[in-house]
Amino acid sequence: MKILVTVKRVVDYNVKIRVKADGSGVELANVKMSMNPFDEISVEEALRLKEAGKADEVVVVSVGPAKAEETLRTALAMGADRAILVETEDQVEPLAVAKIVKGVAEVEQPGLIIVGKQAIDDDSNQTGQMLSALLGWAQGTFASKVEISDGKATVTREVDGGLQTIDIKLPAVVTTDLRLNEPRYASLPNIMKAKKKPLDRHTPADFGVDTTARLKVLKTEEPEGRKAGIKVKSVAELVEKLKVEAGVL
Amino acid sequence: MAILLLADHDGSHLSDQTAKTLTAATKIGGDVHVLVAGAGAKAAADQAAKLSGVAKVLVAEDTSLANNLAEPLAALIVSLAGNYDTILAAATSVGKNVLPRVAALLDVVQVSEITEVVSSDTFKRPIYAGNAIQTVQTTEAKKVITVRTASFASASEGGSASVETIAAVANPGLSTFVADALSSSDRPELTSAKIIISGGRALGSAEKFQEVILPVADKLGAAVGASRAAVDAGYAPNDWQVGQTGKVVAPDLYIACGISGAIQHLAGMKDSKVIVAINKDEEAPIFQVADYGLVADLFEALPEMERAS
Repeated sequence: MKILVTVKRVVDYNVKIRVKADGSGVELANVKMSMNPFDEISVEEALRLKEAGKADEVVVVSVGPAKAEETLRTALAMGADRAILVETEDQVEPLAVAKIVKGVAEVEQPGLIIVGKQAIDDDSNQTGQMLSALLGWAQGTFASKVEISDGKATVTREVDGGLQTIDIKLPAVVTTDLRLNEPRYASLPNIMKAKKKPLDRHTPADFGVDTTARLKVLKTEEPEGRKAGIKVKSVAELVEKLKVEAGVL
Repeated sequence: MAILLLADHDGSHLSDQTAKTLTAATKIGGDVHVLVAGAGAKAAADQAAKLSGVAKVLVAEDTSLANNLAEPLAALIVSLAGNYDTILAAATSVGKNVLPRVAALLDVVQVSEITEVVSSDTFKRPIYAGNAIQTVQTTEAKKVITVRTASFASASEGGSASVETIAAVANPGLSTFVADALSSSDRPELTSAKIIISGGRALGSAEKFQEVILPVADKLGAAVGASRAAVDAGYAPNDWQVGQTGKVVAPDLYIACGISGAIQHLAGMKDSKVIVAINKDEEAPIFQVADYGLVADLFEALPEMERAS
């Protein structure tokens, strides 16, 4: 079985982002970029499935700017076999990403597609579900455990009340949650090796997808700030303040 | 045209996520029809009919709808979509699972986790863990939207909408339910609690978490939350996680214990009315958002708080 994994280049999760003064967006110039953390978990899961003999090839795909090649190389350094970059400078919305990845899947015919549950830039949490819908496949979202057995995947999902386990028919789309695994670091020799692994380039047009934004962003602004309050000296003072001043106890 | 609102319920009870989403629906404007889907959903449907502002309740009962599996639920919503120009759900694990599937099947973009209705087609939503707020306008033929319920008050009761039974659609048969492992607790739910006490990595173990946090929670009638670090370390279950990728909460009082205050955690609780931080490290970033900060050893402070409150 072949596994297709999606990866996105995003602002590193440790960066405190700044909103542009003119309200046109978030400052992305000279900001550290990394692989979306959920996508690292996706790559790791695919590699573990391959190591366990459940898959024979791991293909990573990214829809994004030319520099998304770095992100794909990171996935290759972790151990993915080859990469596909669908290059566009547009900010591609989740629906268009799903359509592009559907096009890739029709060519690649994977048995499983692993997608991060959300990207930490736009926090949409849509692409995996949309991809699954467009392919007419089953979806196993927010996975904290994935087991593959003949023709199906048993997926344990993180849901609001705890955990839910479902069986989904393969091929399927799984989206990854935080507790699925702890991604490995790429070793230096593997980083060197990754430079020589195959990377195919395409454009959204190759898959007949128009990436023009359908949602109009009118403005981007800073959230209302919260000011630091006061330090209290003791538990007694804290309880007193909460009862009398704040009236919340 | 009308709005279709997917109810959040467990069969017997309608969760207050539905009443909060209804407030957002009312702001968008139009007749609101609530869809209650499940294996036995009549009781929840009757509760939905009492919410003020609901024009009609649609109840679909079928075994395929018992466990909120995405494929049959999405197929049901899509079968109804012709009558509606807006489809709404709370951004719960069910809404987040099913609505993007609906949007893709309808070939429309989704607006995720709105926190404000600016006008019937314009919404505010947080991006980058709430460190920026986008105002977006949709011109799609159908608006598919999830609602961050912490930002909306519950609609009141006092309605008496009609309840209409509708047929389920054929189950696509792509997935089957195996088991639930749901936490059962007498404590309030995180997303609707008035008081939340949360623990972080500083608790050090699952035993200490239980021993120190839970008695205070029970004394205050509070729900219990946790930081990602505490959940990753196994001190608390995943459904307690508050933050960018966990639950987003806005209680009257949020007490953060031994939580340093990473931006991903702040994203989940910074709209709380009053924030208290108890932390040994006086440089911890959590103090920058706390109304009341106490620099103290939480293993001493929390038992004292239990006695004092």
